[in-house]
Amino acid sequence: MSRAFSWIGQILLYAAFAAFIGVFTRWPSYQHLQPDHALVKLSLIHHGQRVGECRQLSAEELEKLPPNMRAPMSCPRERSPILVEVDIDGDTVLRQAAQPSGLSRDGVASVYQRAEVPAGVHRFDIRLRDSARTEGFDYERIEVLELRPAQILVIDFNAGKGGITLQ
Amino acid sequence: MIRASSLAAWNSCERALDTLFGGALNPLRHLGALAFLFFLLLAISGVYLYAVFDTSVEGAWRSIDDLSRDQWWLGGLLRSLHRYAADAFVLVMLLHLAREWLHGHYRGFRRYSWLTGVPLLLFAFVGAIGGFWLKWDRLGQFSAIATAEMLDWLPIFSAAFTRNFLGNEAVSDRLFSLFVFVHIGVSLLLLFLAWFHVQRISHAEMLPSRPLALGATVALLTLALLSPVMSQAPADLSVAPGELAIDWLLLFIHPVMYATSPGWAWALSAGTLLLLFALPFATRSVRPPVARVDAANCNGCRQCFDDCPYAAITLLPHPDGKPGNEIAVVQGELCASCGICTGACPPSTPFRSVETLTPGIDMPQSPIGALRAQLEARLAAMGGDHRIVVFGCDHGARASTVEGTDVAAFSLLCTGMLPPSFVEYALRRGATGVVVTGCRENGCEFRLGNQWTGERLRGARQPRLRSRVPRERLRVAWADRGEEESLHAALRELRKLPRAVSGPIRRLQRGMR
Repeated sequence: MSRAFSWIGQILLYAAFAAFIGVFTRWPSYQHLQPDHALVKLSLIHHGQRVGECRQLSAEELEKLPPNMRAPMSCPRERSPILVEVDIDGDTVLRQAAQPSGLSRDGVASVYQRAEVPAGVHRFDIRLRDSARTEGFDYERIEVLELRPAQILVIDFNAGKGGITLQ
Repeated sequence: MIRASSLAAWNSCERALDTLFGGALNPLRHLGALAFLFFLLLAISGVYLYAVFDTSVEGAWRSIDDLSRDQWWLGGLLRSLHRYAADAFVLVMLLHLAREWLHGHYRGFRRYSWLTGVPLLLFAFVGAIGGFWLKWDRLGQFSAIATAEMLDWLPIFSAAFTRNFLGNEAVSDRLFSLFVFVHIGVSLLLLFLAWFHVQRISHAEMLPSRPLALGATVALLTLALLSPVMSQAPADLSVAPGELAIDWLLLFIHPVMYATSPGWAWALSAGTLLLLFALPFATRSVRPPVARVDAANCNGCRQCFDDCPYAAITLLPHPDGKPGNEIAVVQGELCASCGICTGACPPSTPFRSVETLTPGIDMPQSPIGALRAQLEARLAAMGGDHRIVVFGCDHGARASTVEGTDVAAFSLLCTGMLPPSFVEYALRRGATGVVVTGCRENGCEFRLGNQWTGERLRGARQPRLRSRVPRERLRVAWADRGEEESLHAALRELRKLPRAVSGPIRRLQRGMR
């Protein structure tokens, strides 16, 4: 094989290697979110209610405890699982039940789900249940919102702000 | 079956590239060294990028974007080189993995190298993905959130990573310090593990030869100049990225996750890694006998120590107790049973006037003394005008295919097992020509067998073939299985030579008669 042919072949192969990298670092483009769609994220970290009622200890019971442990109330450690549902225009689009974290199930319960919805006006009905001691949902929020294309709507929970929040 | 046909296709590609590049410059034969080269390019360009990178929410995107716009001739070029070197690194690493799998280089003494190489995949992808977060554009936002969603799927994380990216106000400057830690820390871990990966091979090729390194670097620099990497729009966590120009080589796992689920993405990633880890244990192969040292004939010359491709030989004080004397000791679990040590051992010379030729280090399944005895017997039985000896190996072109009335063929464990003095010995015992063959250049099954043999025959490495051996009587034909035509061509050339060997060898032939 002639030296010139070898050189040309090598240059072409190096060019093919570079072209392969150059092409597949940007092509084909990836459509993460469909055009004219918005993204709804349900994300919350929440302590469920205690699974049982707190109880006032009697004087006799307190007497049996070491002096440094005589808390007047005795509360169960375990927390309730939480359940969240999101209806959009009457259809349940997001629904997740989450157990409390930790070996004693006394930690927070985490929920994360996402859904793509067409941009436009929608009716949101968000419900959260965080107590195993009562029936039905403990929190509910109904909103009618207009979502822009590519907008991200985050559904969260903040007890200090009145419960279910939208941002 | 699949592996055999894939290996045949791979070998065809390698040979095609051999014709253009030659074995020494063929990229497919130096994939590991190319990976180290690309890592070096990553490190050099990365140092500059780190120096100018602003680890803050406000500054991260701007500091990198400014490089491409205001300093394209240095910062922009290095930024593009950094990205493309990462792509090239992953690409050659995957090709390296595929090549070693196709050749079955994951069992036996190679198990350690395989098991320390597989985790490099994980570190490479984690480090590379972390790099996309740093520039904090739409692609970095997409990658960071996709990674967080994948991690949150695991039940061990009670705190949701995704909550770090719920809104612009959730992102703090400290997050970028974490990103830097992931990107650089994981890359350093990768380098540390790569050091382990090459521990059990000696003379490791840490960088390719200069022309190959130059070609690969110029290719990436040209790409960086012609198609510079630019940031996409700054990250905005209130807006979901729509259409993205994604780096498929490094970020493919994100679209896979969104097309399936985080569980499937984990199953694919962890399943692939587990499968690769399990591969060496899934197949059981019979371990061939390893090299054996004969204390009476080993003088601790260190030549086997220098030539062993797998660092399986160490030297310890000789049991004869003489001060300063050493003896070679073979570490069985590291030994490849290639016999290259025997080829390096000076007492392997067939000219020793001992009834049984015993070198300092030998292969029990293929003793060098037996080779001398067979060579003498075959030469004595051969008649005709030409008597040609072919020394080949069990992995390259089949020497047995050229066996004939005027050709005596011997297949060794590796061509590197051949002491070069056997060439001279054959000629002095009446051979009219000698062919030495083995795997293609830079394609030795045992890494260095044909390289050492070539250097020994040229007189560039101990033990040397003596200069008085007429080189026109010696043909070297590096050829793989299926390329036996190269041997026939070498034989045709030798048959054209006059029968009588001239010069000192002829006089010595007379003396031996």
